[in-house]
Amino acid sequence: MDASNYLYISALLFTIGAVGVVVRRNAIVVFMCIELMLNAANLSFVTFSRINGNLDGQVMAFFTMVVAACEVVVGLAIIVAIYRSRRSASVDDASLLKR
Amino acid sequence: MGISTSLVYLIGLPLAGAVILLLGGRRTDKWGHLLATALSGSSFAVGVYHLIEMVNRPAEMRPTSQKLFEWISVGSFNVDAGLLLDQLSICFVLLITGVGTLIHIYSIAYMSEDRDRRRFFAYLNLFIAAMLLLVLGDSYLSLYVGWEGVGLASYLLIGFWNQKPAYATASKKAFVMNRVGDMGLSLAIMIAFATMGTVSFSGVAEQAHHTSEAALTAMGVMLLVAAAGKSAQFPLQAWLGDAMAGPTPVSALIHAATMVTAGVYLITRSNFVFDAAPIAQLLVVIVGAITLIFGALIGTAKDDIKKALAASTMSQIGYMILATGLGPIGYAFAIMHLITHGFFKAGMFLGAGSVMHGMNDEVNMRKYGALRHFMPITFITFGIGYLAILGVPPFAGFYSKDMIIESAFNSGGTQAIILGCLTLIGAAITAFYMTRVMILTFAGTKRWDEGVEPHESPWLMWLPMAVLAVGSVTSGYLLYHDKALYKWLSPLFEDHGEHEELLKPIVVSALALTMVAIGVSIAVYKYMRENVESIAPTDVSLITKFVRKDLMQDQFNEKFFMRPGQLLTKGLVKTEDVVVDGSVRAVARMAIGSGSGLRGLQNGFVRSYAALILIGALSLIAAIWVVVS
Repeated sequence: MDASNYLYISALLFTIGAVGVVVRRNAIVVFMCIELMLNAANLSFVTFSRINGNLDGQVMAFFTMVVAACEVVVGLAIIVAIYRSRRSASVDDASLLKR
Repeated sequence: MGISTSLVYLIGLPLAGAVILLLGGRRTDKWGHLLATALSGSSFAVGVYHLIEMVNRPAEMRPTSQKLFEWISVGSFNVDAGLLLDQLSICFVLLITGVGTLIHIYSIAYMSEDRDRRRFFAYLNLFIAAMLLLVLGDSYLSLYVGWEGVGLASYLLIGFWNQKPAYATASKKAFVMNRVGDMGLSLAIMIAFATMGTVSFSGVAEQAHHTSEAALTAMGVMLLVAAAGKSAQFPLQAWLGDAMAGPTPVSALIHAATMVTAGVYLITRSNFVFDAAPIAQLLVVIVGAITLIFGALIGTAKDDIKKALAASTMSQIGYMILATGLGPIGYAFAIMHLITHGFFKAGMFLGAGSVMHGMNDEVNMRKYGALRHFMPITFITFGIGYLAILGVPPFAGFYSKDMIIESAFNSGGTQAIILGCLTLIGAAITAFYMTRVMILTFAGTKRWDEGVEPHESPWLMWLPMAVLAVGSVTSGYLLYHDKALYKWLSPLFEDHGEHEELLKPIVVSALALTMVAIGVSIAVYKYMRENVESIAPTDVSLITKFVRKDLMQDQFNEKFFMRPGQLLTKGLVKTEDVVVDGSVRAVARMAIGSGSGLRGLQNGFVRSYAALILIGALSLIAAIWVVVS
């Protein structure tokens, strides 16, 4: 099977994630979309690893996973804290840092 | 030259008084004036002790000096703060502390009603200390410190009653005009340093022979500017009349006897500069001659007794400056007139203060009259001062002023005749306005305001007046007899032999007395014949109006210096505002403008930030795409 198909899927997943971040208001969904984008990137890393025949991309995928795990911890904590104080998980409501 | 360790006490005692009274505050109110008087008196005692010591030494051993501390030491340039007491400074020391102490005593009574009497005495002591530093400093720099010190004391004392805005303005005027002179002095010091590399009197005296005449002339002119500022000489004379806003003892001490004569001291002290710079010397003579006529003319139209005396001071100092400008022939006589003038003018000012004391602080002479019956002691002491300033023998002014007129006639060349005639005319005008003051105050009919009850002043006030009156009678003869002062001072000056005599002394005396007689008769004719009006008549000739306005000195200064000065500062302020501040403000406005333009993007919605990041990233990729392919 042609490896470039994985790249197309990766681009598709990334686009879905990016659109989701921009159009969705729910913080949890935005968060999941970010995860989707990270995993799309992971998929392309692994694919390039196969295409180039070395392990660099796979190592990078592990790094991304570690960073994503940390990000999930901090991000969810922030979302929970915001929800506790504002009773809402909408990202548009948390707009105090404007001009 | 001897070394002394006690010179510092001359300055230290009154300075300690000023410090104690100023820092001690209200706690010293009860005895402050006594302490100040005692310290001034003890300074006088130290002065007398030094005089006796000096007299007992041979002439070349008389000057003594004391090094206080190393002041400035930069490379090869060294200035020690040192004191120098020689034949010239001792005259000033005794005059300052002697007259100063008498005026302290007088002020105890004169200021007894004043809430701030302690502060007044503190300033008086400060003045005495500064003035002593001025005459005792052994370099131009130490002199400069004293010079500024007396300026400060003068400012503080003129504005002593600064709750009245006019008085505060007068003190400011005196200060500002003095600054012009001070600038001259500092420039003279810089010239001395630049061309001779030294600023001590002895150093400059040594170097003067090897220095170019142009440099010496420049230094001399700058010294003259300094002298004109401090001594109220043309063209910096306008502050002295307003300085009469200060309490009368201040006018007597600072603006008659001592501080205003500092210019005469400066020129006499710098004789080595002026002797080698004929042009500067000529300017000194011209300034003196103009001022002696100028002051005398102003004196003729003043109704304020203190301002009339101030104008007279200006004129008499004009005589002294003129004498110093004549060179070695005149220095000793300038100092002699300075000393006798110190006695009789201080005495007359104290007399004026006594009259004001009895007349509810009225200063308008048109509201006096017939006071000789009510204030006999004041009348007699003032009268003695009057005869002395006129130059009637055997009073002090006769000897000193005659000697100046004589030196003017004997100074050689055509200028001698012009100067001689001017001094004679000055003597006549002096006789006129002083007689006018006498008649308006002590003779004629009563023109008092209602409720005024003139009375003789307490003994604390008339005693100093009496002592000064004795000085006004005797000092002239004592200094003149056997050329006492001339011989005393002559080691300091380089006198080149005898001068030709244009007129014999007896002729000069006769001429001077004739001029005085003319002046007196005109005044008697004008003011004794008919009653003087208590309000100054307004239907007077243009000349009278002109003189009443002080010969337009203030108007001139305002038109030619103050207004252009204001314009200049306004222009500079405008330039600063538009150019300097403008460019700074433009930079700030640019930052603010770009900031507020970009601020619209900061809307607080996370999603729009995310969209912006996305757009940015996509356009970056697009750009790379375009570049690569």
